[in-house]
Amino acid sequence: MHRTNWPLTIVLGLATLTVFVPLYVTLSMAFKTSGQSADGNAFSLPAPFNPASFAEAWSLTRFPVSFGISLAVAAIAVLLTLLLSSLAAYAIARNWSHRFFRWSMIYLLAALFLPFPVVALPQIQLTALTGLDNPLGVGILHAMFQLSFSVLLYTAYLRSIPIELEESARIDGASTWQIFWRIILPLLGPMNATVGIFAFLASWNDFMMPSLIMSDPTLQTLPVVQNIFQSQFGTNYNVAFASYLMAMAPTIVVYLFAQRWVISGVTQGAVKH
Amino acid sequence: MTDTTMYQSTTAAGRTSSAGRTGGRSARRANGRRVEPLYYVFLVPTLLIFTAFVIVPALIGIFYSLTDYVGFGDWSFLGLRNYAALFSDPRILESYGFTLGFALVTVVVAQTIALALAVALTRRIRFATTLRTVFVIPMVVSGIVVAYVFNFLFSNSLPAIATAVGFGPLEESILGNPDLAWLSIVIVSAWQTIPGALLVYTAGLTSIPNDLYEASALDGATPWRQFRSITVPLIAGFILINTILGVKGYLGVYDVIVGLTGGGPGTATSSVAMTIFGGFTGGDYAYQMANATVFLVVTALISVAQIVATRGRAVQL
Repeated sequence: MHRTNWPLTIVLGLATLTVFVPLYVTLSMAFKTSGQSADGNAFSLPAPFNPASFAEAWSLTRFPVSFGISLAVAAIAVLLTLLLSSLAAYAIARNWSHRFFRWSMIYLLAALFLPFPVVALPQIQLTALTGLDNPLGVGILHAMFQLSFSVLLYTAYLRSIPIELEESARIDGASTWQIFWRIILPLLGPMNATVGIFAFLASWNDFMMPSLIMSDPTLQTLPVVQNIFQSQFGTNYNVAFASYLMAMAPTIVVYLFAQRWVISGVTQGAVKH
Repeated sequence: MTDTTMYQSTTAAGRTSSAGRTGGRSARRANGRRVEPLYYVFLVPTLLIFTAFVIVPALIGIFYSLTDYVGFGDWSFLGLRNYAALFSDPRILESYGFTLGFALVTVVVAQTIALALAVALTRRIRFATTLRTVFVIPMVVSGIVVAYVFNFLFSNSLPAIATAVGFGPLEESILGNPDLAWLSIVIVSAWQTIPGALLVYTAGLTSIPNDLYEASALDGATPWRQFRSITVPLIAGFILINTILGVKGYLGVYDVIVGLTGGGPGTATSSVAMTIFGGFTGGDYAYQMANATVFLVVTALISVAQIVATRGRAVQL
């Protein structure tokens, strides 16, 4: 009864091919010459081995710039999400008996079922009008669409933290301000990780919002600049795939090194604390 | 992305009875006392920013949906004429048909595979952690980039393989076939969203005590019977939340379509989101805002319908 189920293990092993094959194709295509990449055989190994595609992809996508802008957008989104939603959730959770705070929660939750396409056109106009049609504006919007879900996670988590802890600190003369920064925020640690991971992945990988909101194409994020390979450089598949690889690799590498942490962070969001 | 706390909180928010229960402790403390002003400082800025960036644009959009605004210049009121036109516009109806059908198929495919993987990964297998690590990789990569990679596979590799083995239907790229192109979008969307669902199901499965299975095995229950009578009822809440958030995400599908078909061939895979964005360049701004408003109602109704249909089905230990 406690023996290993080998048939099932083998089936799951084969199922990982659905993940590995697209990654393998990306990797091998990136190291081919443009001649070999055009022969239509995606699964062959690179022969000869040609790392020059990366240099070309690097300059075509202006990799350091688009990478930096993606990072800046994601940083704004994550910091804003963490700050705004933890403060809001704390105020709501501790004043639930007051109508204003209860209704605020419902108000914020409304956006949970508000898809971005619904508000996209007015948002494009408003951001253009207010000079936020740039990475800063996209970061703010990413945070806004992360808000409902994050406030929800924080509020649920805060309800599980015993209030006695705060009350004894209050007796010792701590103000609400101090209590939030010194007691609540550290206690929110695991939830900060969860909220932060979700906010980061949603922002870093997004194509829709930056492509619609940002007016200056030289300030585009890493996923958006990949579209240059769809038109101008149609036949240079090796360069395109080198670029796709450079776009995908950072999160995959970080994930593989921190996978235990990422998975527990995401799972934290799934179980009621 | 997903959680059960969310399901419980959303339903709690709609019912004052449970709202009172969850706030019982602070209620005693705060009743009859003024709220410390600092709490407003914590909350109000967020409400204001949220209103400015999300609610105001939504209201502006709804307002313009009643006009003939083209995105700039003068406008006049049309009443509900944009809405009336929507319901007789084949292009709009087709985009809703495609989007709803796509969301339904994808949520069934993705949830079935995710649940099957989650169950398999909790069995007595070797390398469970490594396998799970691999299955979760698609969650961290960008949808548009993945779609570009699959675009190449669908338009070059798949036809090459089909030709080699002599399988006629796939010898031409499915991306160029109006009847099959949607399948490519289902495959890539499922590929990308299975990991998140998988992690939620794994969390659900590990919360089921093992002795339930052992006791039922002693009573002669088959694995399939155990799955139906123990596993499914006990993770119903997880299935619900995965399904609701899954459907909501699929209804807004955009990135993956841009990377695979661009909405084509023709308009065969044009989602509602793509049609709406067309309003910014196509000159029918107000018309597409009416479309967006209808889309909001449809999305909300589908979410509410899912919650109502499954309410009370979840079993709690």
